[in-house]
Amino acid sequence: MESAIYLRRRAANGLALGLSVCATVLGLLFLAWILWVTLQQGIGAIDWKLFTKITAYGAEGGLANAIVGSLVMDVMALAICAPIGVAAGTFLAEYANRTKLGATIRFLNDILLSAPSIVLGLFVYVIVVLPMSKLTGGAVSFSGFAGAVALALIGLPVIVRTTDEMLQLVPGTLREAALSLGVPQWKLTVQVLMRAATSGIVTGVLLALARLAGETAPLLFTAFGNNFMTAHPFDKMESLPVAIYQYTNDPNPALHAIAWAGALLITLFVLGLSLATRLFLRRHRSPND
Amino acid sequence: MSSNPAIAVSNVDQRSRRDARRDALFRRLLKACALLVLAALLGAALSTLWGGREVLFGQGLHFLTSDAWNPVTGDYGALAPVFGTLVTSLIALLLAVPVSFGIALFLTEIAPAWLRGPVSTAIELLASIPSIIYGMWGLFVFVPFMARIEPALSDTLGRIPLLGKLFQGPPLGLGLLTAGIVLAVMVLPFICSVMREVFQTVPVRLKESAYALGSTTWEVVWDIVLPYTRSAVIGGIFLGLGRALGETMAVTFVLGNAYSITSSLLMPGTTISSSIANEFNEAVGTHRSALIALGFLLFVVTFVVLLIARLMLRRLARREGA
Repeated sequence: MESAIYLRRRAANGLALGLSVCATVLGLLFLAWILWVTLQQGIGAIDWKLFTKITAYGAEGGLANAIVGSLVMDVMALAICAPIGVAAGTFLAEYANRTKLGATIRFLNDILLSAPSIVLGLFVYVIVVLPMSKLTGGAVSFSGFAGAVALALIGLPVIVRTTDEMLQLVPGTLREAALSLGVPQWKLTVQVLMRAATSGIVTGVLLALARLAGETAPLLFTAFGNNFMTAHPFDKMESLPVAIYQYTNDPNPALHAIAWAGALLITLFVLGLSLATRLFLRRHRSPND
Repeated sequence: MSSNPAIAVSNVDQRSRRDARRDALFRRLLKACALLVLAALLGAALSTLWGGREVLFGQGLHFLTSDAWNPVTGDYGALAPVFGTLVTSLIALLLAVPVSFGIALFLTEIAPAWLRGPVSTAIELLASIPSIIYGMWGLFVFVPFMARIEPALSDTLGRIPLLGKLFQGPPLGLGLLTAGIVLAVMVLPFICSVMREVFQTVPVRLKESAYALGSTTWEVVWDIVLPYTRSAVIGGIFLGLGRALGETMAVTFVLGNAYSITSSLLMPGTTISSSIANEFNEAVGTHRSALIALGFLLFVVTFVVLLIARLMLRRLARREGA
């Protein structure tokens, strides 16, 4: 019967579309669940102590040294990966756009983008922490600097990719106009193209910051952790994610509350940054992961 | 007026030579930075190979085939962490792929235009939540939740012959299944965003033709959109797999850290990354070398998985360009 087939097809369609809506609701539900718990547990635990006392006081203390450590390492990481990433992205877009080398680097950069961060941490442990410890006779081993290098490795591919994409959006007529005036290529790149793509490049740097600010795994055996305040790059350094990790592993519920407060801080920071950059990129970016 | 034309010419000459020199320098500088990306990947592989040499070359096959992990006797085998990594990642994919597909379907075919932006941004936010937050939420909220529903799981799914073995065990809340579910939530946005984007690349003409022949929305998606985007969809799934394999913090909290290979998904286990995160700072000598060797294994496996993912994704991009 034709109508039976028709009904069956309609039922299958209805079922599939219904399940699809359910899947979406499920996804949003998990987002809401995680954000709600973080907000609810975190807000109750935020107070002045969090910003004024260090982790050495334990349950009586705060996260001041972790916040400072995170800031120092994030800034150092950006100082390392932003210039390198922008330069590499510029090379891909302006000098190697249609070459084999460019295609290879772009391809491998995409792989680095999703490489396991814990392995990057091991990498930095082997190339920074071990040699430094050998060089200084063990005086300097784990350090904020090593942590920053690990974080820089995580931010680098993000910046390379955004810079590459943003420069490719700059209209070719701008290049031709500048070249016809006899401007050398380096000047064209720095003073015309990069200026035209500034907002996009800055967005890429902020996106990288949003990614590396929440990273924990690579810091465990590069920056290690430190219960006291320090901003010296060659000291062991505490960071917010590592402090949260340690407090969460502790059986003491008072420490859990502090961990939730730290979690809220970091979530607000990271989500705020990535929301802002995503809104900007959505207007400019061609579709790709 | 006053200057000699010959001097002017040599000035121009000088300047263009200077420009050429600076251009070459600039180019070399940029190229060096771009090559650093390659160096980072290569360095990660070589340094973990070097750091794990004592175990990788000293124990060789034994390391890959043994399920022992005994720091006291110095006997290390990768089997249990590899098992945990694979099982949790598989559970994650089994759950995340259909859900991602559903969300992508919703976002490209069902949702009204005004809803698409906000919903896809919200799903993408799942990807920006730091993994340590997933870990905390997992340990303090999701593990107790699972502990409450696991007895019901054992009573229902556990009764099924053969398959039931997977769901029998103590309702600890911690374990492979819980870790798999948390991982599923984490990799879902990556798979979903690839699917959503490639679904949008299907030519409208194709879809409209199918609709004109009387197809339902589901038939258009299943018979037109999915075959057209197959390789990219598989690429997206592999991308998610790559993420799941290497994820550390979230899994570490909810897996229970036991070097065991069990048939039950409710039992605790360990993964490569959580073993490294848990033990590295207390480990010395051979133990540390064994952990770095595990890191090497993880890097090689994820590299291959991500390589496949990117190749699959690139194939579609090329067709799009043609």
